[in-house]
Amino acid sequence: MYVAVKAGEAAIRNAHRLLAHRRRGDRSVPSLTLEQITEQLALAVDRVMAEGSLYDTGLAALAIKQARGDMIEAIFLLRAYRTTLPRFGYSRPLDTAKMLVERRVSATYKDLPGGQVLGPTFDYTHRLLDPELAADAEPEAPVTREPEGDGMPRVSEILAHEGLIEEDGTLTKAEEPADITRTPPEFPQGRDARLQALSRGDEGFLLALGYSTQRGYGRNHPFVGEVRIGEVEIELDVPELDFPVPLGRIRVTECQMVNQFKGSMKVPPQFTRGYGLVFGQSERKAMAMALCDRALRAAELGEDIVAPAQDEEFVISHSDNVQATGFVEHLKLPHYVDFQAELGLVRQMRREFEERRQAADQAERKEAAE
Amino acid sequence: MRGEDAGLPRREAFAVLAAAPEEALVQLWRDSGLPDDGMLLRGPETGLVALRGRVGGGGSPFNFGEATVTRASVKLPSGEIGHAYALGRGREKARISATIDALRQKAEMVAEVDRKILEPLARNLREQDERRRAEIAATRVEFFTMTRGED
Repeated sequence: MYVAVKAGEAAIRNAHRLLAHRRRGDRSVPSLTLEQITEQLALAVDRVMAEGSLYDTGLAALAIKQARGDMIEAIFLLRAYRTTLPRFGYSRPLDTAKMLVERRVSATYKDLPGGQVLGPTFDYTHRLLDPELAADAEPEAPVTREPEGDGMPRVSEILAHEGLIEEDGTLTKAEEPADITRTPPEFPQGRDARLQALSRGDEGFLLALGYSTQRGYGRNHPFVGEVRIGEVEIELDVPELDFPVPLGRIRVTECQMVNQFKGSMKVPPQFTRGYGLVFGQSERKAMAMALCDRALRAAELGEDIVAPAQDEEFVISHSDNVQATGFVEHLKLPHYVDFQAELGLVRQMRREFEERRQAADQAERKEAAE
Repeated sequence: MRGEDAGLPRREAFAVLAAAPEEALVQLWRDSGLPDDGMLLRGPETGLVALRGRVGGGGSPFNFGEATVTRASVKLPSGEIGHAYALGRGREKARISATIDALRQKAEMVAEVDRKILEPLARNLREQDERRRAEIAATRVEFFTMTRGED
């Protein structure tokens, strides 16, 4: 028997009205503007764009405001929005060597061309809460200096000669790169599909997996060859114009992880690489992505697959926090009929259990009497 | 080869317009007094462009996310058709940019359009980039080595 139940409309309406009221908070406190969020909570905006897989600072700020600061809810809102828009095309691959660099550090070379540029970093701060910030003190204007004209080649280009480090990943197949937003994932995946999934994957999940490789679960001896953050130009080919159309610039974080590799049956000893590329200023995420990218290349490099971070299906299938939250959170929705069925089943099992026990008791007593 | 009178190459004009903040473009356009009698052929409409990177920075392409992009096409009464594409959801920006692209196809308009709109926008962008480069340059590490021991 199936009984359709319909109820709760007024309760839902009132709950959403209460949500809006709570979202607004104390009405004597000014409401946040989207500009305040994009300017002053910029890294939250970056995270929502990265894991929402949609670059639009204004929409990400709105999502954060609407979600009351719940990041996964905001990411969900952005993902839902993107499904309402048509796709104009695929950009040309962006060139991170031409980045307008805001930060660039290497842990492998002290004196690399272009130098170590710290940019706006939390590194070397003392992690002490700042009472002056609470009192709204205006910070000093930044110091400026004449930029030196030397370029900033990617560190991989510096290391490439000698052949001690593998080259940029060139996939053998000539076809179009995978697009996980169009084709449901199948395993094993190509590195292109994995990188797309990792770039939008949950920062916490990838961070934990990257950390696990450092602690010995699939150890791969990483060094940060380079992390760079900055703006890159996007270009799009369109039929009505005979040149690649410049669309403007986006901010990305790129991580080149360099991993010592003792070689295998297939590959001689050399440095291998893991790669991270993420929207916005998201250094932790780009590094975690690069660690996971390298760990997931275990099969390609002939390594034993012994740890969770090396298990492609496990990592990729659980990296998407919108999918994960959907499945976990659906448990709170009505399961009354499911539960009634299970309740009936447990009652029956309990009855059978009692019957068996009584039968065993009787048999024991009878034996003792004899 | 384009002479000096031909103004910015078309691709550069697109780059300047795409990078312009919407408010700044709208303000310059209003102040310019340039004819705004184009007809919209398409849009302004917002859609997505899938963004591609390269494995390892220089290897095979892969998709890594999407961005909102708004485009428009405008036809002038004299027949020229202009196009515009830019990141974001700036509908008025797309309409004005397409009109500017159409106007710049009239040789006699290029100098005026560039002087009133594109040059100020390009100057702002250049100054902003230079300021940012200088701020970043001040955070470049200058290593110095301390000599220790006797050798």
